Amino acid sequence: MFSIKNREQIDTIIIGTLSWLVTLLIFFPILWMFLTSFKTEIDAFATPPSLFFTPTLENYALINERSDYFHFAWNSVVTAVGSTIIGMMIAVPAAYSMAFYESKRTKSTLLWMLSTKMLPPVGVLVPIYLLFKDFGLLDTKTGLTIIFTLINLPIMVWMAYTYFKEIPKEILEAGRMDGANVFQEIFKILLPMSKGGLAATVLLSLIFSWNEAFWSLNLTAFNAAPLSALVASYSSPEGLFWAKLSAVSTLACAPILIFGWLCQKQLVRGLSFGAVK
Amino acid sequence: MASIKTKQRAPLFLVSPSVLLLLLWMIIPLSMTIYFSTIRYNLLYPDDNGFIGLENFAFFIDDPGFFPGMLNTGLLVGSTLLITTVLGVLISVLVNRPFWGRSIVRIMLISPFFIMPTVNALVWKNLLLHPVSGVFAAVWTFFGAEPIDWLTQYPLLSIIMIVSWQWLPFAILILMTALQSLDQEQQEAARLDGASSFAIFRYLTLPHLSRPIAVVIMIETIFLLSIFAEIFTTTGGGPGYETTNLAYLIYTQALLQFDVGLASAGGLIAVLLANVAAFFLVRIVGKNMTDA
Amino acid sequence: MSDLTIKNLRKSYDALEILKGIDLEINDKEFVVFVGPSGCGKSTLLRTIAGLESATSGNIFLDETDITNAAPAKRDLAMVFQSYALYPHMSVRENMSFALKLAKIDQAEIDAKVEDAAEILKLGPLLDRKPKALSGGQRQRVAIGRAIVRKPKIFLFDEPLSNLDAALRVNMRLELSRLHQELQATMLYVTHDQVEAMTLADKVVILNDGRIEQVGSPLELYERPCNMFVAGFMGMPKMTFLDVTISETINGKVTLKLLSGAKIILDRPDLKATVGTSLTLGIRPEHTVLTTADAGLIPARIEISEQLGSESFVYVKTSADEAITVRIDGEQEVLPTGANIGLSIDSGKCHLFDSNGIAI
Repeated sequence: MFSIKNREQIDTIIIGTLSWLVTLLIFFPILWMFLTSFKTEIDAFATPPSLFFTPTLENYALINERSDYFHFAWNSVVTAVGSTIIGMMIAVPAAYSMAFYESKRTKSTLLWMLSTKMLPPVGVLVPIYLLFKDFGLLDTKTGLTIIFTLINLPIMVWMAYTYFKEIPKEILEAGRMDGANVFQEIFKILLPMSKGGLAATVLLSLIFSWNEAFWSLNLTAFNAAPLSALVASYSSPEGLFWAKLSAVSTLACAPILIFGWLCQKQLVRGLSFGAVK
Repeated sequence: MASIKTKQRAPLFLVSPSVLLLLLWMIIPLSMTIYFSTIRYNLLYPDDNGFIGLENFAFFIDDPGFFPGMLNTGLLVGSTLLITTVLGVLISVLVNRPFWGRSIVRIMLISPFFIMPTVNALVWKNLLLHPVSGVFAAVWTFFGAEPIDWLTQYPLLSIIMIVSWQWLPFAILILMTALQSLDQEQQEAARLDGASSFAIFRYLTLPHLSRPIAVVIMIETIFLLSIFAEIFTTTGGGPGYETTNLAYLIYTQALLQFDVGLASAGGLIAVLLANVAAFFLVRIVGKNMTDA
Repeated sequence: MSDLTIKNLRKSYDALEILKGIDLEINDKEFVVFVGPSGCGKSTLLRTIAGLESATSGNIFLDETDITNAAPAKRDLAMVFQSYALYPHMSVRENMSFALKLAKIDQAEIDAKVEDAAEILKLGPLLDRKPKALSGGQRQRVAIGRAIVRKPKIFLFDEPLSNLDAALRVNMRLELSRLHQELQATMLYVTHDQVEAMTLADKVVILNDGRIEQVGSPLELYERPCNMFVAGFMGMPKMTFLDVTISETINGKVTLKLLSGAKIILDRPDLKATVGTSLTLGIRPEHTVLTTADAGLIPARIEISEQLGSESFVYVKTSADEAITVRIDGEQEVLPTGANIGLSIDSGKCHLFDSNGIAI
């Protein structure tokens, strides 16, 4: 009979193999996109598609010639970072009040905020477009930043609220006894204690802003166009375009992908949304 | 002397502006939409702005695409929820035990979540699902079968595949974290009582995961109801109305015809339906996520 | 000087009234313990005094100044929380310096005060550690240190020993007593443990359901409880309560009949009693004597004994199922369950309570 230890070892091998199989299946599209970006267009369109080919950097070179990658990347960075900073400045005080001065209206307010995200952007496209036109915000980084702040705010408030609720209110009360006013409570006690959670909130906002496509496409033309717009410009077929598409996609997604990989621990905590104690 | 009463109200005063700003930011587009939905407003005839009450709503509902749009929205959201939750649970349980390279596996599993939806759709449409040179076609041919033209033959299913792939990591992420807080002692007690792995899964693991699953469902629903980019870049809502959801319907019926009033009415109907869905979701799933 | 006067203090949360009119005088340098069962309002009272909760009505005066509506920081009070509530991201030194830094006191002075407090509490080697690197007892001392540096008018303690293990609790009790002597400060202390109340307090305030039952020194409350609640709360194990009826009164000597028929005679000329009145008799375990079945006033049989080494407690039942707790010396032999014994009672130490539970 197998000993328990043997059984466990076999179990581990089976689980390990299965896990790797499933993972490779799931990761495959990303891997394929990455590989294709190094193929020539002919190789990319080959039937059947091949795993083995001579890699080339011509696609990347072409993209850089044709469009200024860094222009678009910079727009992505500015709008993502800007909207996150402004968002945090609004979300943190709101979450503080909701977490530590909870009233009967707090829960319904939170749920209401989340429900506003259920309004399809398509429905408000025209009002926003017209507003932006009147205020001269079209195709500006400012305008896009404002929109990103708006759409990320409910999630940011909710996440910050979830984190703040985990902090024992006695510690803030101790601060109050020690003589701290509200600002000192928030900046000297609350924020240092919730660094991890707030980091996750910041990361999530950055990701959502970076990957945003709808408003980016509709409210910008060139000046403020971020990377999602750049990708879109390679989406319509003009002859063979798969390899170029893969290259531009890799360029567009790589920063956030790497960023997410580096910060995955914080993100994992953050995305719990209070589901995990 | 500073009084408690003012001190205790001070935070509320200080914070209210933020909450107010939030409310204002959300109310302005909403109220504009409500306004537009009750008037005649077509960008081609911008001066013809009469009040027409609920006519826009009636028109929108009467449209032949309305019912398919609703149905597809429901199918899309429902199927994606089902796939991501079930697979999410299974996969997170699978990778819960240590094995070689587990940390790399986890990084790879959450990657699709970071990919832009447009990139996602384009990669699937071209590199994977293409009936001639796509990877799926190659696999089908390898097994001697006729490759499927996914986007033409099974358009909605294709969209569901694409969206599920994008959101599966989200479910895995949350459920993976939740599993780590599973009570070891409980499991050991169950083992001693003679419980099989399956029984442990069914009676201990699943109930423990019920709250995270509720969160996953709630958040995904919020985002899935307004899926647009994927449909836009792949099927354009077709063939016919087969992949048109409510958001896309608003786009084709209203915006492509420059009818702002109609689009606004459609948007509000979508909000209404979304709130109804949320209401039932909270009931069925039965947990209030803002509970501490 | 730190005298505290509380006048008719009430506190409600919406419709629920927690404090139902508290009147209290606390004198300078007193160690006052608020004690009572869960939910009696003792923590609420402390927090209202601290300013962490607002009073619904009534007044609090500190040395003649009305602080009822003042913010916590302006009351010159310091609180030690049950969970210690240390700032986790700050070192011990920073925890203790925080209040002084907020008050914009000179750094050199802050350092001196922190060193002083650390000396008193023996926190010297721990000053640069973070709370998570400290044991429960050490964290508690830091919490106390944080209060000491502020030299407040009154120290407030909210069940500070509850989270410590039994041995540590006894040690810390002694430490707190010593601290009180050394600092000569007024201290308000909340606990549900009557042993802490007995050993630490100059004055004990017993609370029940939002009202003060009795105020007095520990021994006063122990020896002259004013009602059944206080009598039953103070003393471990609990006082035995027996239903009795007055069967005879002659020349100031009252004969009380127990349910089981046994009779006890008390010398109570002050008692205006009529024959047939139902009363409750209270007697503490240490005032009962265990003898043989024929020698005692009250026959009973043994149910269970608890031997603690220094003393033993024997739980007996009479023929009418009345339960009586008896204390005997630790070295005395304990008879087995079911054994028939006799009980004698020190009639001078009996407590009598009327039908409303009030001591008479």
